[in-house]
Amino acid sequence: MERIIADKKIDIRGLVCPYTFVKAKLAIESMEIGQVLEILLDYEEASRSIPKSMEDHGQKVLHVEKMSDTDWLLVIRKEKD
Amino acid sequence: MEFTDDQLQRYSRHIILPEVGGKGQAKIAHAKVVIIGAGGLGCPVGYYLTAAGVGTLALIDNDIVEMSNLQRQIAHNIHTIGMPKVESAQKTFTALNPDVRIVPLRVRISKDNILNLIKDYDIVVDGSDNFPTRYLVNDACVMAGKPLVSGAILRFEGQVTTIIPGRGHCYRCLFEEPPPPGLVPSCQEAGVLGVLPGVIGGLQATEVLKLILGKGEPLMGELLMYNALNSSFRKVRVPRNPACPVCSDSPTITELIDYNEGYCNLR
Repeated sequence: MERIIADKKIDIRGLVCPYTFVKAKLAIESMEIGQVLEILLDYEEASRSIPKSMEDHGQKVLHVEKMSDTDWLLVIRKEKD
Repeated sequence: MEFTDDQLQRYSRHIILPEVGGKGQAKIAHAKVVIIGAGGLGCPVGYYLTAAGVGTLALIDNDIVEMSNLQRQIAHNIHTIGMPKVESAQKTFTALNPDVRIVPLRVRISKDNILNLIKDYDIVVDGSDNFPTRYLVNDACVMAGKPLVSGAILRFEGQVTTIIPGRGHCYRCLFEEPPPPGLVPSCQEAGVLGVLPGVIGGLQATEVLKLILGKGEPLMGELLMYNALNSSFRKVRVPRNPACPVCSDSPTITELIDYNEGYCNLR
């Protein structure tokens, strides 16, 4: 897969639900449509729930990757205000 | 707006709603709401709007807390008996959410002060318990162009409507004149189920938040009626009256009226 350059990156390692999604959502809100957000997290459940919630809210999940034993990387493109 | 960690936690269940988000929560934080009456309806409306993080909340009431209020007026308690209701409610609301600026106004509203009292606020909530106030608030909101969320309760029944001057109906489109004194029993004479203002006040607070957020459909041109005994809600359409004495294009009422004569002013 070609490398996607993120417009914004957030590190929410250490946070649990629902704050993982709260932070991710606020980050998306602050961006322009078409921009890409990269999220680094270590709360396993959020690696599934954030992509699902982002899709529900009309955003595009481009990439989900387990980076290490503890960390996940999500790449989301903003499609909707 | 930037949220503190405490605010992120406090408002997290709002922020994750698609209809609210951080932007909606910021709208709530910048809203200014004035509530007429810190009694049965004013308490739950104020309590929930405080929990929601409304920026400024003014409370208007001239009465003091009495033991007989505590069956339904949930912002007051045995330690605040004898205290002005607006101060008692302020203590309760501030303990819930110190983000909210509470403005206690211990005054009796009249035709001489109401326009001045509501002028700095975005939305007016009527939680009064008498017809003179209800008509005064309606007329003042129509004249000032302020959205009004009106609620009323008696025995086991309550009603809610949202008046947006220039767009929907007003209270006088529904009932042109107040009923004659003594025809409709007051809450004091007829009784009221203590939880009823919680239901109706909850609906009023919901209407206020929808207006602030610009989401959903407010009860504009509609009256929602609740019957606690039947557990039923009924919604009736209330068209705008083209000959309404106050909100029509050629109103006959152009000055505010104090209908004090013969009405009981007990809360």
